[in-house]
Amino acid sequence: MEMSAIYVMWLREVKRFTRSRSRIVGSLSQPLLFLVALGYGLGPVFRKAGQGDYFAFIVPGVISMSILFVSLFNGMQVIWDRQFGFLKETMVAPVSRVAIMGGRALGGATVAMMQGTIVLVITMIAGFRPVSVIGVVLGLLVMLLTALLFNALGIVLASRLRDMQGFQLIVNFLGMPLFFLSGALFPIAQGSAGLRFIARLDPLSYGVDALRIFLLGHGIFGITLDFTVLGGMIVAVFALGAHFFSRMEI
Amino acid sequence: MDAILAAEHLTKRFGENPAVVNDVTFSVAPGCVFGFLGPNGAGKSTTIKMLTTLLRPTSGTIRVAGYDPTTHPGAVRRAFGIVFQDPSLDDDLTALENLEFHGILYGVPKETRRARIRELLALVDLTDRKASLVREFSGGMKRRLEIARGLLHHPQILFLDEPTLGLDPQARNHLWGHVKNLNRDEGVTVFFTTHYMEEADNMAERIAIIDRGRIIAEGSGQELKQKTAADSLEGAFLALTGNTLREETGGSMDQMRQARRIWGGGSRR
Repeated sequence: MEMSAIYVMWLREVKRFTRSRSRIVGSLSQPLLFLVALGYGLGPVFRKAGQGDYFAFIVPGVISMSILFVSLFNGMQVIWDRQFGFLKETMVAPVSRVAIMGGRALGGATVAMMQGTIVLVITMIAGFRPVSVIGVVLGLLVMLLTALLFNALGIVLASRLRDMQGFQLIVNFLGMPLFFLSGALFPIAQGSAGLRFIARLDPLSYGVDALRIFLLGHGIFGITLDFTVLGGMIVAVFALGAHFFSRMEI
Repeated sequence: MDAILAAEHLTKRFGENPAVVNDVTFSVAPGCVFGFLGPNGAGKSTTIKMLTTLLRPTSGTIRVAGYDPTTHPGAVRRAFGIVFQDPSLDDDLTALENLEFHGILYGVPKETRRARIRELLALVDLTDRKASLVREFSGGMKRRLEIARGLLHHPQILFLDEPTLGLDPQARNHLWGHVKNLNRDEGVTVFFTTHYMEEADNMAERIAIIDRGRIIAEGSGQELKQKTAADSLEGAFLALTGNTLREETGGSMDQMRQARRIWGGGSRR
């Protein structure tokens, strides 16, 4: 019962995504802009500073960015469903709300991972070469974990909010610092002590770092710490979401 | 026999506003078809939301199939099915997917699911459109699909919140015929609201009339008519609830509540 509920909620997210071409195309514009403007724009400066290939450096960062925002915004679906009534249908179903939330998060994470993969493929067409095939496979796992974490976070926010404008504001308010302070665009190790400290508090830093380790072959935190933080955060945010979701009234 | 559905001193208040449901007490015997009538804004839907675990009561107790929805929501949810008053379909899925997903969520075995979906699509006359996205449906078609979905699993208790709103007489007839069969053949208890008094008179064995959050009369259609010396249930209803028009406060009140707290929780508890 619980498993089939998770499956149905997952399937719904995936079906909705694959049916909406505008969503696929629309969510690609931002990462591509970052890759072109920053990758090509700042590349020469980065190289002169002796830091190597900037385009390759920001590929994991931009993939993480696209996953971060697609995932967080996926929470909007909950508000949408509340407004259009479908949420009620799932909230009275004879399955635990944790399963409903889990299925949603898993579906949203799958969608975000697909987006991340599309960005990766585009960068590879543009000349990016990951270090190994195994690295790419493990990179997909990192994308899934990052996506799960921020999908769950988006759902937690959405379960406490009622209007879409408010949700959008808060997601930007939260997503922008998460992204810019994560070391997605600059090497954390070279930053000031204050910045290094803040970056260490940002969960996205560990996703970016792990992805960099698997796609480029080097990172700063080490894979054990990266996976521990991502895993721990996923458990914590899921627990929070499960609590809010089971207490939710309509 | 013990009541399958019972509310005692049930009250629901949103923030500081006057109670929407005020000290409501009623009980429904197993296998009964129970009509819950009242003007707009009387508290019908709020009561149903509390019975179906979507809202927590401010005070009072509820029993649904022997369980309290606030402490055993899972057990309660396994006992009932519902057709909501307002839309609750997924517009981005096809009619068939909406039904399939519902069937899976409610644990209806595959064979039964397929057979019932076929039967219900025919009942609501949507067989030809089953592969279309719900978004493309007219209001009436959505309503019919919604009803088909609500009847897909056979629960102990079936809640129908104004199920016939916006249906043509044919569809209405089919619906009540089907509900009657469910009640007769499987002993499903039916708890419904409607604004069509004829329907209520024909279908309901017991009727409760709620107005301004309070139950003001209860009995069989016959008893209510005798009590008010009216020759129809409509006459009895008007005699009991008066002739003044009610404002539908639900919508605007929802919005006010929404504006007051962007962050949920708070004033609610």
